[in-house]
Amino acid sequence: MAAKTDNFQHPDYYLMDDMLTDEHKLIRDTARAWVKKEVTPIIEQACQDAKFPKQWIKGLGEIGAFGPYIPTEYGGAGLDQISYGLLMQELERGDSGLRSTASVQSSLVMYPIYTYGSEEQRKKYLPKLATGEMMGCFGLTEPDHGSNPSGMLTNFKDMGDHYLLNGAKMWISNAPFADIAVVWAKDDAGDIRGIIVERGYAGFTTPETHGKWSLRASSTGELVFDNVKVPKENLLPNVKGLKGPLGCLNSARFGIAWGAIGAAMDCYDSALNYAKERIQFGKPIAGFQLTQKKLAEMITEITKAQLLCHRLGTLKNEHRATPAQISMAKRNSVNMALEVAREARQIHGGMGITGEYPIMRHMMNLESVVTYEGTHDIHLLITGMDITGLNAFN
Amino acid sequence: MKILVCISKAPDTTTKVVFKDANTAFVEENVTWILNPYDEWYALVRALELKEAQGGNVTVLNVGAADNEAIIRKAFALGADDAVRIDAEPTDAFVTASNIASYAKDKNYDLILFGKETINYNGGEVGGMVAELLDLTYVSMASKLDIAGGVATMERDITNGVEIIEAKLPLVISAQKGMAEQRIPNMRGIMAARSKTIETVAANGASALSVTKQFELPAEKSGCKYYTADQMDELVQALHAEAKVI
Ligand SMILES: Cc1cc2nc3c(=O)[nH]c(=O)nc-3n(C[C@H](O)[C@H](O)[C@H](O)COP(=O)(O)OP(=O)(O)OC[C@H]3O[C@@H](n4cnc5c(N)ncnc54)[C@H](O)[C@@H]3O)c2cc1C
Repeated sequence: MAAKTDNFQHPDYYLMDDMLTDEHKLIRDTARAWVKKEVTPIIEQACQDAKFPKQWIKGLGEIGAFGPYIPTEYGGAGLDQISYGLLMQELERGDSGLRSTASVQSSLVMYPIYTYGSEEQRKKYLPKLATGEMMGCFGLTEPDHGSNPSGMLTNFKDMGDHYLLNGAKMWISNAPFADIAVVWAKDDAGDIRGIIVERGYAGFTTPETHGKWSLRASSTGELVFDNVKVPKENLLPNVKGLKGPLGCLNSARFGIAWGAIGAAMDCYDSALNYAKERIQFGKPIAGFQLTQKKLAEMITEITKAQLLCHRLGTLKNEHRATPAQISMAKRNSVNMALEVAREARQIHGGMGITGEYPIMRHMMNLESVVTYEGTHDIHLLITGMDITGLNAFN
Repeated sequence: MKILVCISKAPDTTTKVVFKDANTAFVEENVTWILNPYDEWYALVRALELKEAQGGNVTVLNVGAADNEAIIRKAFALGADDAVRIDAEPTDAFVTASNIASYAKDKNYDLILFGKETINYNGGEVGGMVAELLDLTYVSMASKLDIAGGVATMERDITNGVEIIEAKLPLVISAQKGMAEQRIPNMRGIMAARSKTIETVAANGASALSVTKQFELPAEKSGCKYYTADQMDELVQALHAEAKVI
């Protein structure tokens, strides 16, 4: 497949760039330049081959995509939440699988070690995770416990001088190549705790999940623990219960809310250009009312999602964003992006199903994004419970 | 080695160009400005490479208003050590060159680098003027630059070939595609840019020697027309009557 020139320009219908600082724009434009140089030329092939291009790891570390909001003393960039959002937007504009890799490393591995870890754990892991020298994954979901993680079976026993970990996690992004896993498991008292498992511990394996039609450029696998001896100092000391993993998900969902806008922008940009160039019945298809309706709705929804996320970023910077507000943004952005991708695919006609255009890839990727980190319906229940005070989960 | 790289802003390449005031002024509202690619990708990056390999210091200089500081920050993020902004409106090439020369004249730079032109005005005049005002050697449109023992070796692309030039430092050079590869700033650079300060220097008072009378946009391109293999006659007819190329 011939390498394409990537002329992506983000739509900015409400002049939202005015709300960003020069540094925000520099960070965003840097990530975009990196994606154009390193991702666009190979992403279609990587997806066709279902391979995560490992050469991206170093670059992701260099542009600050690993733990951007982690303080500099631990190797992070000490950036604000809007910078984090913009980075995720640009990465997902490239590919949701790429963004997933960065989300997991930042929000599901570095965030819990920084927030719940001991000083020794922070010093040992965070600087290496920030550069990508060490990669991590996050094990919460189990074969029989997805939307309802509190029922998890994975557990560890106190053996005096170590813990003995047993169980299995599935659908774990980055698992096949991760050097460490932040695993959520129940202790002897049945409380959910976080524990760091390093590759190489006897009895710990990470078989890869094959045959995905979505997030093909991201590597997914299982974590299998068969009587794994874990040193006691690997337990995250400062959190107990489901609020541990949920805190991580809050941070990751915030990034996804911005990220999905990137995927939608890419689909819109492609659809708008295609519609202006594709001639049918003697004129550009952009000149037909039905096409305009699609494009007009796309830009409207993208703009609304951008404003929502920007406001959420401000709230998050002020430590005022609630989990329910983050949940709403995740659901809204991903659903919006999926609809934009589907409409954009129609505008591209037959070309829309090929790798010549990014549409079908984004569309298939978003089917994972709408499911992981809380499915669309689970997020509806979160908002429902927040506004009614009534729990509709069980 | 002391290197000065003169940088200017340019509209992003996807900008819709519109003029106002009877086509005498470019409409700047909602334009996204970038660091002029010839200044950034070739001149600045090569200067940074030379500094990294041989030691020294890279200063970037911009003639323009305070809102140009965003592009100066980008130069910092790429690795520039110092920055100067001369607070003058760059109304023509002479005003720009004169201000740069006034600033640079007693600074003993070994190299003063420019991009070969800005991508909006395509003047390509400032570098030559600065060399003249400072009485320095000038090499335009170099596509390669190496320095050893106080001597610069440069390549220039000429019709069907390459010209290799040697010249002693100090030297003024304008950079052409090929001198370096685009560099993407890293987060360390972006963070370092935060704490660097931009020195502001007052304008030297030079006034413009030329004025732009009017801009004109190229004629609107007509859309692509497709002909199938069995429409050879129609194609020949269109090339003759419409496109007027045969
Ligand atoms: C590509 C990919 C990568 C992933 N990466 C990770 C990872 O890195 N780490 C990790 O821990 N997990 C990861 N996951 C797992 C993901 O978080 C789960 O798939 C998700 O939580 C849903 O769980 P499930 O698949 O078991 O579906 P289920 O929970 O079985 O849900 C099936 C359906 O039932 C609906 N449903 C469930 N409960 C209710 C209810 N109470 N009311 C109404 N409807 C309900 C759901 O909305 C959904 O539509 C990943 C998943 C994918 C696809």
